[in-house]
Amino acid sequence: MKIHEYQAKELFKSCGVPVPRGEAADTAEKALTIAERLGYPCVIKAQVHAGGRGKAGGIQLVRNRSEAEKHIGRILGMTLVSHQTGPEGKLVRKLLVEKGLDIIKEFYLAIIIDREEEMPVIIASSQGGMEIESVARDHPQAIFKMHVHPVTGLSACHIRNLAFKLDLSKVQQQNFSNLLTNLYELFLKNDASLVEINPLIVTANDEVLALDAKINFDDNALYRHPDIAAWRDVYEEEPLEVEASKFELNYIRLDGNIGCMVNGAGLAMATMDIIKFYGGEPANFLDVGGATSVEKVKEAFNILLADKNVRAVFVNIFGGIVRTDLVANGIVYAAKGLDIKIPIVIRLVGTNEEEGMRILGESQLNFVTENVLADAVRRVVELAKGD
Amino acid sequence: MSILINQDSRVIVQGFTGREGTFHATQMIEYGTSIVGGITPNKGGQIHLDKPVFNTVEEAVKETAADVSVIFVPAPFAADAIIEAALAGIALIVCISEGIPVLDMVKVKHFLRSTSSRLIGPNCPGIISPGKCKVGIMPSRIHSPGKVGIISRSGTLTYVAVDQITRENLGQSTGIGIGGDPIIGTTFVEALQLFKDDEQTEAVVMIGEIGGTLEEEAAAYIGKNFNKPVVSFIAGQTAPPGRRMGHAGAIISGGCGTAAEKMAVLKKNGVHVVENPAEIGATVKKILG
Repeated sequence: MKIHEYQAKELFKSCGVPVPRGEAADTAEKALTIAERLGYPCVIKAQVHAGGRGKAGGIQLVRNRSEAEKHIGRILGMTLVSHQTGPEGKLVRKLLVEKGLDIIKEFYLAIIIDREEEMPVIIASSQGGMEIESVARDHPQAIFKMHVHPVTGLSACHIRNLAFKLDLSKVQQQNFSNLLTNLYELFLKNDASLVEINPLIVTANDEVLALDAKINFDDNALYRHPDIAAWRDVYEEEPLEVEASKFELNYIRLDGNIGCMVNGAGLAMATMDIIKFYGGEPANFLDVGGATSVEKVKEAFNILLADKNVRAVFVNIFGGIVRTDLVANGIVYAAKGLDIKIPIVIRLVGTNEEEGMRILGESQLNFVTENVLADAVRRVVELAKGD
Repeated sequence: MSILINQDSRVIVQGFTGREGTFHATQMIEYGTSIVGGITPNKGGQIHLDKPVFNTVEEAVKETAADVSVIFVPAPFAADAIIEAALAGIALIVCISEGIPVLDMVKVKHFLRSTSSRLIGPNCPGIISPGKCKVGIMPSRIHSPGKVGIISRSGTLTYVAVDQITRENLGQSTGIGIGGDPIIGTTFVEALQLFKDDEQTEAVVMIGEIGGTLEEEAAAYIGKNFNKPVVSFIAGQTAPPGRRMGHAGAIISGGCGTAAEKMAVLKKNGVHVVENPAEIGATVKKILG
């Protein structure tokens, strides 16, 4: 799960990771009041779940009241389009207003789980404020990594090593050490999957602060962090995906026109792949999961068909534990209640498949059934192309 | 021969009396797996499915000489269940549970290195040596004893491949679902090492997916050390970057872990990579003749 910068900074503050003075606002009036209180210069920052906000015009330094008014008005309510938002962009509903600081150095600092080493790794770079992927490509020598073994936890030597590589003065080292110690604890305590500060800054007074803040959390661990789960912002998510999540359906919307309903994540991915292999374009990833009920299948259909790009539907079920006759009942129930006008190709294989096929056949509904995977996909691709 | 499990495996079930545990233990017993008991704390002394229930794994091992455990407990308690099994000296721990926090698995994985236990999973369908023993949730019916080893990060997609192998009359030596999480017990490389020395296994089907570098590591190992034919399919060729595709481990980040990269490096190391998942069985058939 992702959260906003202003939320991440609240968490930073409560865990002893220094951030600039500032506050979030959802109206222009509130934002201006905050700016006036902080004093100028200050920074107006669009709050959306996407990087590249600066280049997209979503971050602005303002030096006085009239500049503040102008840019608060411009950024709040804008549709911010960056390389991470997709062409449709994201509506800015909130601003973070922060005190401007006298910056003398900028760094990059992050903690993630290294899947290869199977432990957290701290990544730091002397090239702050830039995209870390391009630093890694162009200046790999400017990136420093420090793995933290679960037995030792974060030790003084980890911090010392990074501080010397970043060429910090003695006072700066102490401030960096406090920040990193608290940041690492925050990472573990809250089951983060990523914390990223870009840039981490050193001020003229040798203070070390997080000028930006990004935290992603491990979805599997949200059950033990209800306070963080409550920070979820459904406005930042695709509406159909939010709807699907209510029914424990795993749905991701894509650009194509063939709606897919599959059981199992791996088979759902493979189904998208094979549709593409035969020249079609999948409209979505949809895993209905193991415990499929008639109701769940009906909801899945509702969500698939709510995507107006969908021209044909492909149901691909491999019944192992899932009984295909139950799925068939769900499809018939859904189709009768929904007045579906587009073709539906169904492949049911596995447990009780004869019964499943009989139910579909006797339904008097206009389904296309195919048993062979390749034939079924060819058929749905063809139907999606037809007028 | 098959690997890791066979007709002599003595299996216990952690989370025995729960809904999942009961359902799948019943299926395993029907398949012929020697389930020797199960664990549900505070239900020790009861009999469930005609087998003894114990309060702890240690007690179960002492009474039944079990050497394999299969875990069905809910995710918040699953890491603890793995640790308990390892402490009791279980040689093979198969964790079916889905949704274990990654930081729990970090601790478990490093702890296991100090024990002699092997973990399969979590978030996996388990392991089966057809005709001998099934420890997991895969549908029995589609399997048949034979000469193809299966290693997969997926569940239902594995069943599709197994079904094709069975229809080609090749059968499987052992099928292992290694799990869809970012941190898992047994990797592709470790499973390949076992298949390498198994006489029954003449070819291996490897089903990978986007995310992580397990397939790349497997490719390097195969190139240097593995002389049986390997057929591979990588799911997620069309997945958008940055999105979690159902499995917690299936996410492409920063251009790393794409299907295209994985397929290229596998091909370079002599693996038969199929782009179409409908052709897995036929490809193995063609190679083995």
